[in-house]
Amino acid sequence: MRVNFTVNGRKQEADDVWEGESLLYVLRERMGLPGSKNACEQGECGSCTVRLDGVPVCACLVAAGQVEGREVTTVEGLADYAKHRQDAHPGGGCASGACGTSLQDAQQWKAHSAGGATDSQTGEGTELSPIQQAFIDAGAVQCGFCTPGLLVAADELLERNDTPSDADIREALSGNLCRCTGYEKILDAVRLAAARQGEVV
Amino acid sequence: MAGTTTGIPANVTQGSQTKGGVGESMLRPDGTLKVTGEFAYSSDMWHEEMLWGQVLRSTVAHAEIVSIDTSEALALSGVYAVLTADDLPAAKNYGMEYQDTPVLAYGKVRHHGEPVALVAADHPETARRAAAKIKVEYRELPVITDEASATAPDAILVHENRGDHHAGHVPHPNIVHRQPIIRGNADEAAKKADVIVKGEYTFGMQDQAFLGPESGLAVPSEDGGVDLYVATQWLHSDLKQIAPCLGLPEEKVRMTMAGIGGAFGGREDISMQILASVLALRTSKPVKMVYNRYESFFGHVHRHPAKLYYEHGATKDGKLTHMKCKIVLDGGAYMSSTPSVVGNASSLSVGPYVVDDVEIEAIGLYTNNPPCGAMRGFGAVQACFAYEAQMDKVAAKLGMDPVAFRQKNAMEQGTIMPTGQPVDSPAPVAELLRRVKARPLPPVRQWESSEGADVRALPGGLSNTTHGEGVVRGVGYAVGIKNVGFSEGFDDYSTAKIRIEVINGEAVATVHTAAAEVGQGGVTIHAQIARTELGVQQVTIAPADTQVGSAGSTSAGRQTYMTGGAIKNSCEIVREKVLEIGRRKFGSYHPAWANAELLLEGGKVVTDGGEVLTTLVEVLEDEAVEVEEEFRHRPTEAFDLRTGQGNGHVQYAFAAHRAVVEVDTELGLVKVIELACAQDVGKAVNPLSVIGQIQGGTTQGLGVAVMEEIIVDPKTAKVRNPSFTDYLLPTILDTPTIPVDYLELADPNAPYGVRGIGEAPTLSSTPAVLAAIRNATGLELNKTPVRPEHLTGT
Ligand code: FES
Ligand code: FES
Repeated sequence: MRVNFTVNGRKQEADDVWEGESLLYVLRERMGLPGSKNACEQGECGSCTVRLDGVPVCACLVAAGQVEGREVTTVEGLADYAKHRQDAHPGGGCASGACGTSLQDAQQWKAHSAGGATDSQTGEGTELSPIQQAFIDAGAVQCGFCTPGLLVAADELLERNDTPSDADIREALSGNLCRCTGYEKILDAVRLAAARQGEVV
Repeated sequence: MAGTTTGIPANVTQGSQTKGGVGESMLRPDGTLKVTGEFAYSSDMWHEEMLWGQVLRSTVAHAEIVSIDTSEALALSGVYAVLTADDLPAAKNYGMEYQDTPVLAYGKVRHHGEPVALVAADHPETARRAAAKIKVEYRELPVITDEASATAPDAILVHENRGDHHAGHVPHPNIVHRQPIIRGNADEAAKKADVIVKGEYTFGMQDQAFLGPESGLAVPSEDGGVDLYVATQWLHSDLKQIAPCLGLPEEKVRMTMAGIGGAFGGREDISMQILASVLALRTSKPVKMVYNRYESFFGHVHRHPAKLYYEHGATKDGKLTHMKCKIVLDGGAYMSSTPSVVGNASSLSVGPYVVDDVEIEAIGLYTNNPPCGAMRGFGAVQACFAYEAQMDKVAAKLGMDPVAFRQKNAMEQGTIMPTGQPVDSPAPVAELLRRVKARPLPPVRQWESSEGADVRALPGGLSNTTHGEGVVRGVGYAVGIKNVGFSEGFDDYSTAKIRIEVINGEAVATVHTAAAEVGQGGVTIHAQIARTELGVQQVTIAPADTQVGSAGSTSAGRQTYMTGGAIKNSCEIVREKVLEIGRRKFGSYHPAWANAELLLEGGKVVTDGGEVLTTLVEVLEDEAVEVEEEFRHRPTEAFDLRTGQGNGHVQYAFAAHRAVVEVDTELGLVKVIELACAQDVGKAVNPLSVIGQIQGGTTQGLGVAVMEEIIVDPKTAKVRNPSFTDYLLPTILDTPTIPVDYLELADPNAPYGVRGIGEAPTLSSTPAVLAAIRNATGLELNKTPVRPEHLTGT
């Protein structure tokens, strides 16, 4: 089947999608957007969390067909999404098409970009959302596999609640497993992003 | 710039320090890539026209394979290959210490989930459906699942014809390895004891449960070889095992590290590396393979479950007299690193205490349970669980405070280990305990705020099943000792290639190693070391691959010590060479070149008096200096097979925990309120990641204490809970605050004084939580994990 939907503010269509293919598979393997992670593919770990019409969901549990005509935001579009948060139409803030990753760009994804942890190629200059920056600054990223899902979930929390208590943060992130950090620095990161947001206002 | 230097500094300024060196809290260089979703993990690899590989795994634990019929699978459209052991190109077995693990089972299957056949297809679903159409006929055999069934005189042998070098020394062919340690005379010393305490402990099977599944991409190359992009802890160890199975020389197997989503020991053994390569060579197409979570539970070795039998004696005034123990580790169907785990468990079985008279025996079994091998803490974890429970029991029997009792018996620098090896660097065991104990306790009944009860803070959380009526608090302590680096005479080394050159008018260093960045932060500190040693700001970390010498494994807490040491070593030689060039060019202009101690700082050559001689850019011009050097730690030796004596370890790491728990005794639910840790890290190269490592390790220990266990059916040896629904991991709701207090008592033998960090915090957090639950409930609790039924007696 063919599925038409909007990803990070860009219209996309996926052809030859099997019945039963998940949104996660379509994003990762067909759209070339591997930012949403595949840690359990059964809704238990939250690594694949994306926003579907603004609501956080486990992309591994959403059938591709269900997203027909809807809007999806992944970690790749998070900075842009945060930037256009005030717009009437979340995620659609880039009518010009200058934001987000084009299908063509995305499919340039090749093995050769593997593991490129390069001190001088840190993606410096990349525009980050406040929660993304806070995760880096607080040391909340270790292996980073849980990070995309946590970022999408935490960003949504901060959108709803700009002064979350620790209990609120724990509740909002309780669907996201992290095996590396012990969560303490993830809490720090969310607190930091909230505090910085508060300063700006 | 060539030809423009004068050699005479225009003006003399103070040398500026380089920023971002050793000891500073630095942010990860890969952080931005990881938060934007651009970091390429092994499961993100993609290639045009790639196929998907899928494994068919055994549905039974122990059986003869009567027949395998692949015809229906092959007939499915979209299927490119269906392979069994008969189709393998060369060696049929692999293994780290001994090659007893079949790539694909032949003759027999020895554990549930063992790979039996392989499929390559154009869509992962096609591959799965094809695998399901392969018909395997098994003739089931009785299963060996514990010490009794393994060592029975008439027991079926898990491996009929053992050819490994332990085979000649073990009392039964189903015992992989046995390591006794006899020192002093435990029976004689026991006569001096006023109290004797015995205990029997059971440690469950833990899974590393790294989030990034086993995965990678194998691309066939034009020379008949293969380019492999995978996530592993040790590229060169993989290479040694992969090449013979592909029938290729090592040069034709080029490995590049793909992004790693956690490891914790679970990526030390080969998983899909050979399988994907075989399919790629067979189909002449790139093959991507990604285990799903179910498969991941079968696709890597686990932490050895253990039975531990302990006896301690002590005098009235609280001195330990002797210790006897037997530790039985279940290694499962294949050897993996079981012999080394046995060595660790026995040599660290006394814990960080002074006991002169000991009688120790550790064995590792071959069974039909899932294979076990490396996991964070490696044999020391199981022992720590038992000896710390014993310490509490002895203290209670003597009527002593458990911390004071431990401090009284704590080892220190100079203590002789049960192996006869002296502890020759700081061992602040008593101090670490003092620090966790001195910390103020979190307020009691914190769910009762002025606004009423916040059920979220209660055991059971949001389920709102209680308002705290049956909740009691407990506090518990534990401390542990872990060896760092590879022990028992292993030739442990790491290699680093360092290059310095001028790029765009700036001196840039490139660090190239084969070290695995598994999330622990190696890439950050590699740059910090290069900055410190070479005085440059810009450092590029080249991707890890097999084009440079081995870095050894990212395990055993050894990578900062070993690859850090290799980088430091190589940088020192680079520095000498750079100064050599400088002397050649400018030596005649300034006497300091010949007679002062010269340093590289802030991109300049500086005398120890702070006088700037010139810049690195002027020294190097268009020359590049490149050095590839190895680093070895001081040699160790094997433990004697009868007495266990020998200088087997390089270094020790110490951590202590205090756990505060609240237990709902009616519901049988535990909430850990706080899990404070104190650890000696030798030198915190990057304080930010030191704390992150300690908190992460602590949480894995917490998991074992209250929820994590792979449950294997004792009758069938089948795994019952291979999913994140049934294998429970601590969430952010289960994990308390983890305050960390670290000491920096340098190890005089280690580069910068560093001490391995990652493993020690995993040891003591489990027994500390157990001690706290016992303290709250008065129950015996000799098993991990503690389940509600253990607390309510149901
Ligand atoms: S991958 Fe979707 S929840 Fe785990
Ligand atoms: S799972 Fe590795 S950082 Fe969270």
